[in-house]
Amino acid sequence: MPNKTFFWFFLPTGLAMILFIGLPIISTGIQSFYAQHDQVVKEVKKCDPFGCTVSIVVDQEATSILRDEKPLGKFNGFGTYIDRNHLAIEQISDFWKETDTFGEFINQVTNLPFYKALLFTLTYCLFVTPNVLLLGFIIALSLNAISRKIRGPLIFGTILPMIVTPLVGSLVLFWMIDAEGIIGANLQLMMEDPYLSLKSSRTLTWITIIIYGIWHHSPFAFVVFYAALQTVPQEPVEAAIIDGASRYQRIRHIVLPHIYPVVTFVALISLMDNFRVFEPIIGFSAEGSAQSLSWLIYDNLVNEEVILFGSAAATSMMTIIGIAILLAPVLIRTWKEFRTAR
Amino acid sequence: MEYGLDKRSNALKTFNTTFIIIWLLIACFPFIWTFWGSFKVRADFFSRADWWYAISAFNTLLETGGQFTSKAYSEAWTEGEFWKASRNTIIVTVFVVSISLFLGTLGAYALSRSTERYAFWILIAALIFRAMPHITLVSGYLFPFFELQIWGILPTTIVVLVAINQPFTLWLLYSFFKTVPKELDESALIDGCSYFQAFRYIIMPVMWPGVITAGLFSLMLAYNDFTVTALLLNQENHTMVPKIQSYLGTNQHEGNLMWAVSAVVSATAPLFMLVMFFQRQVISGLTTGAVKG
Repeated sequence: MPNKTFFWFFLPTGLAMILFIGLPIISTGIQSFYAQHDQVVKEVKKCDPFGCTVSIVVDQEATSILRDEKPLGKFNGFGTYIDRNHLAIEQISDFWKETDTFGEFINQVTNLPFYKALLFTLTYCLFVTPNVLLLGFIIALSLNAISRKIRGPLIFGTILPMIVTPLVGSLVLFWMIDAEGIIGANLQLMMEDPYLSLKSSRTLTWITIIIYGIWHHSPFAFVVFYAALQTVPQEPVEAAIIDGASRYQRIRHIVLPHIYPVVTFVALISLMDNFRVFEPIIGFSAEGSAQSLSWLIYDNLVNEEVILFGSAAATSMMTIIGIAILLAPVLIRTWKEFRTAR
Repeated sequence: MEYGLDKRSNALKTFNTTFIIIWLLIACFPFIWTFWGSFKVRADFFSRADWWYAISAFNTLLETGGQFTSKAYSEAWTEGEFWKASRNTIIVTVFVVSISLFLGTLGAYALSRSTERYAFWILIAALIFRAMPHITLVSGYLFPFFELQIWGILPTTIVVLVAINQPFTLWLLYSFFKTVPKELDESALIDGCSYFQAFRYIIMPVMWPGVITAGLFSLMLAYNDFTVTALLLNQENHTMVPKIQSYLGTNQHEGNLMWAVSAVVSATAPLFMLVMFFQRQVISGLTTGAVKG
């Protein structure tokens, strides 16, 4: 296809992506260097029969004029990145000096908002991704062994958790697991603890959200693995059976190597999706004990008084860096393949 | 995969069946339970006293005189203005699907027929764009949109959702177009068609399965989106998913939580129907990207 024709065919979609994905990233980058204005204060002299007092009040008018003139806020450089709500360089060096043991230091650091969110996001990724791969693979194997006639409805049932939006999925689970729901109430009866509830402990909340993540993402892994299983060649499997390979050996040495590229693909996609975990935190109303990076950004953006554009943008930039680190191995591999293919 | 030589023991068969049944229960029961509970009153579905009330409908009988009540639905749809949210969802979904299919087919066709190196780089860029968390993009939009005064209205959200959706649509349609033999449009070009005519009259008619799959995924993205719609639309223009969230936040009176339950069922039912109908396309869409690339 000539370059000119390509240009006209690709222009609409390219323009949409540049305007609404490329530019926003740049806009986020610029915003992250600005912080909202401080309120302008003025001294007011109040005099009464007993003398004069000078008090400091907020000059609303001057503040709003300043905000209108420079809506982006004041230039802050990397200030937002290193403040207490983000990388907290100062606080960390203080903790390093003050704390005696390493455990205590880690404890202090993970209480800072950014690190707390990072810790949850990474824990979530770390537990959800491998379990999703494992559960998806097992479901694919065992559905594959079921008679073809009834597979259709079974597949439909299996993919339900994936097609609902995460907010709805987590709400549906939350209403069952909460103390007033069917599972929560029965757990209380079983444990003989009438105060046991999801919100009562941080660990319980984390476990619930991780279980939700596995429930929601496994169907995706299942679908991809199931399709890949259909392409496994028959001959080596039959040869292995004749040679007396056990079922486990067949899966380990024939099926798994065959679907290996697909496994890495699923792992990558689900790692990327898990890294942006956000809606379940709202669905489970778990803001108190579990915060993710995406949730921090959301929280800044829905702030009641003044939207913290700078703070949200700084967290966004660091999330993007995190994504880049996750993607790097794949990009390097693709680049190498591309080089050798030429 | 039917192994001719593979004889399964009965124990394994039983184990397999049990496992599938347990998994299906885990996957489907929450939805069935919510559907069941949406016809009860709050005191039953969220019972402080006894969870069995949700089945025996103790309070529902007391309050309404029947085993089931559709009070939550009628209130959410009228008083809760869920009709408005669903109207907005329909508008957003229809526009997002048609625009992103139009842009996506053109772009993906060009990518699949180009032999230049930049086509590869565009696909890689699309992959990177696909990985961006939506909330980080939204934090980039909000400020310019406020300044341009286009925040809160449906067209802005539609354009944003189309753009966010493009990388995935491009990849999906690209792999579909790759399966259409090049000779088909090349012969049309020799016969004197322009590229656009070849695309329009030769390629598109054989591309319907791919287009339907891509359309389904755009639809699911637009229909299910929370991040973009919750932050870019004002209260008046909210679509279904942010509306459900707003029912959770306002605990002014008792009915609201049940509104959320009925709204969840109302929003999920059409989606389930659609997927039931187009199951084959959904699965082929999820696997084309994986198995081929």
